[in-house]
Amino acid sequence: MSFETNEHAQAYWKENLRLLITLLVIWFTVSFGFGILLVEQLNNIQLFGFKLGFWFAQQGSIYVFVVLIFVYVLKMRALDRKYNVQEDEE
Amino acid sequence: MGIQTWTFLLVGLSFALYIGIAIWARAGSTKEFYVAGGGVPPVANGMATAADWMSAASFISMAGLISFIGYDGSVYLMGWTGGYVLLALCLAPYLRKFGKFTVPDFIGDRYYSQTARTVAVICAIFVSFTYVAGQMRGVGVVFSRFLEVDIVTGVLLGMCVVFFYAVLGGMKGITYTQVAQYCVLIFAYLVPAIFISVMMTGNPVPQLGFGGTLADGSGVYLMDKLNGLSTELGFNEYTSGTKSTIDVFFITFALMVGTAGLPHVIVRFFTVPKVSDARLSAGWALVFIAILYTTAPAIASFARVNMIETINGPEGQGVAYEQAPGWIKNWEQTGLIGWEDKNDDGRMFYAGDERNEMAIDRDIIVMANPEIAKLPAWVIALVAAGGVAAALSTSAGLLLVISTSISHDLLKRNLMPNITDKQELLYARIAAACGIAVAAYLGINPPGFVAEVVAFAFGLAASSFFPAIILGIFYKKMNKEGAIAGMLTGITFTAAYIVYFKFINPAANTPDNWWLGVSPEGIGTLGMIFNFVVAFIALKLTREAPDHIKELVESLRYPKGAGQAQDH
Repeated sequence: MSFETNEHAQAYWKENLRLLITLLVIWFTVSFGFGILLVEQLNNIQLFGFKLGFWFAQQGSIYVFVVLIFVYVLKMRALDRKYNVQEDEE
Repeated sequence: MGIQTWTFLLVGLSFALYIGIAIWARAGSTKEFYVAGGGVPPVANGMATAADWMSAASFISMAGLISFIGYDGSVYLMGWTGGYVLLALCLAPYLRKFGKFTVPDFIGDRYYSQTARTVAVICAIFVSFTYVAGQMRGVGVVFSRFLEVDIVTGVLLGMCVVFFYAVLGGMKGITYTQVAQYCVLIFAYLVPAIFISVMMTGNPVPQLGFGGTLADGSGVYLMDKLNGLSTELGFNEYTSGTKSTIDVFFITFALMVGTAGLPHVIVRFFTVPKVSDARLSAGWALVFIAILYTTAPAIASFARVNMIETINGPEGQGVAYEQAPGWIKNWEQTGLIGWEDKNDDGRMFYAGDERNEMAIDRDIIVMANPEIAKLPAWVIALVAAGGVAAALSTSAGLLLVISTSISHDLLKRNLMPNITDKQELLYARIAAACGIAVAAYLGINPPGFVAEVVAFAFGLAASSFFPAIILGIFYKKMNKEGAIAGMLTGITFTAAYIVYFKFINPAANTPDNWWLGVSPEGIGTLGMIFNFVVAFIALKLTREAPDHIKELVESLRYPKGAGQAQDH
């Protein structure tokens, strides 16, 4: 392990987990929440030709998934730098 | 030029391209064969992952399925994309840091047990074979419809091409071929979608088009029209489903978790140089997949409206059979479309109730769509080339998992640990060749239940691998007893439930008989929950994992020093 101290290692892992949980909550909300559990309520709202719940199930959730992964990539890159555990450039 | 000439030309050109790439990217070592030397850039790897993942089922069947079941089709859209979020966040970076070749490798080392490794190898081989059989069938269907060769010739031709580049090039050849195949298949998918979107809504972006108004000047939204047509004809409203909420929930979850646990997808993340690249690579993969997956529901609704209107006519009175459009006659020959004049008026009529006179196979929608919309011959040929690309790329990826599982996990790490790198590579190639032969046999003589078997593969991956890998990374104390007991419980429960409803007693396969209202497609989610519970109980009864394993898990969590994917 290449952390300066053991505390650093633990703090890094904690921050990593916090980010993970936040992103997974969003992941769950847009797909299982908006797309499945709340779909009927959201279908009462119309967005152009789409009913909103239907749109989340067939379009919106997928766009959010893509954004989530890229947010994760950027945040983790920053976290690696903060704790100086980024991989060396080859 | 006719459709057939164009198809020969485009499919032939794409084959020449794949073979050319294979010759350029030959594999010399086991590392190149298994993980492309760990040197594939993230964008290329993302594209290859996307092609690997999107099979003939995604390309040919998915839009058709959605077209017929409307909202219920969302389970596939969300399930097969949402799994990538789990993969990118919870699995890929840690498995890359671990730095071995395969999933059974991880399970075997993390749980310090040959038994665990063997259970994982068997699961990996089983899941992969069920998948390959379906792909080969897809190749056969495309060939038989568009080239008018019989299915056997079609399958053999496809096998020869896969044999050539998978056995010769290994992962390196496969990766770069898949990049080319992705380009072919996405182009083939988007061109007709854009054409049809412009024709129907005036909007060149299909994702926006299907939320827009119709181009006929009526100002009616396409979806409203579709809902109207559906209810009028006795179908369910397109935007609401017939499945129960709990079933939709469980199926979506099983597909997501199954995606994240599929060995041929996971192995992709061993091929990039660094941990940060593994994260990024999953992101790119999802971008490339999302392009097709957000287009599919648009195609589904366009095709639905188009199909109803060409069969029932603009007035909704039915079209006389003599004036039936060419695509109906073409597809009638394949037996995938049928008309029975029940009321003897000489007109075709499609409906969801007793007025219905048409039998239409869902699988033809994507392939027939360009014909229905009267697009030029080269577009139709392009779709055929795309379907073949989708089937071949997935087959190649799966064959590699099979050959790696046998040569590396079974022979090198288990039965004959003393073989050299060269011998191992030879065994890998022999295993790939045997795998192809078995797949070809299954493609020509398909078990009548390919679709059922695919549900099986996802359920098994969800209920076996996923919990073992997650616990392996996020729970240091988890020991081999917990992991093995969990995997066995998950698999046994899921397999028993599916086998009972799909093979032993298919007549009972109705919502009333399902446990908690969960269909066999969604039961993997319950299997996964049982896997977790049993693993924890077993852990409480036995000693937690030894200290050197805890240190190993600790080291997975930090990206520094990932190094190369290791040789042994």
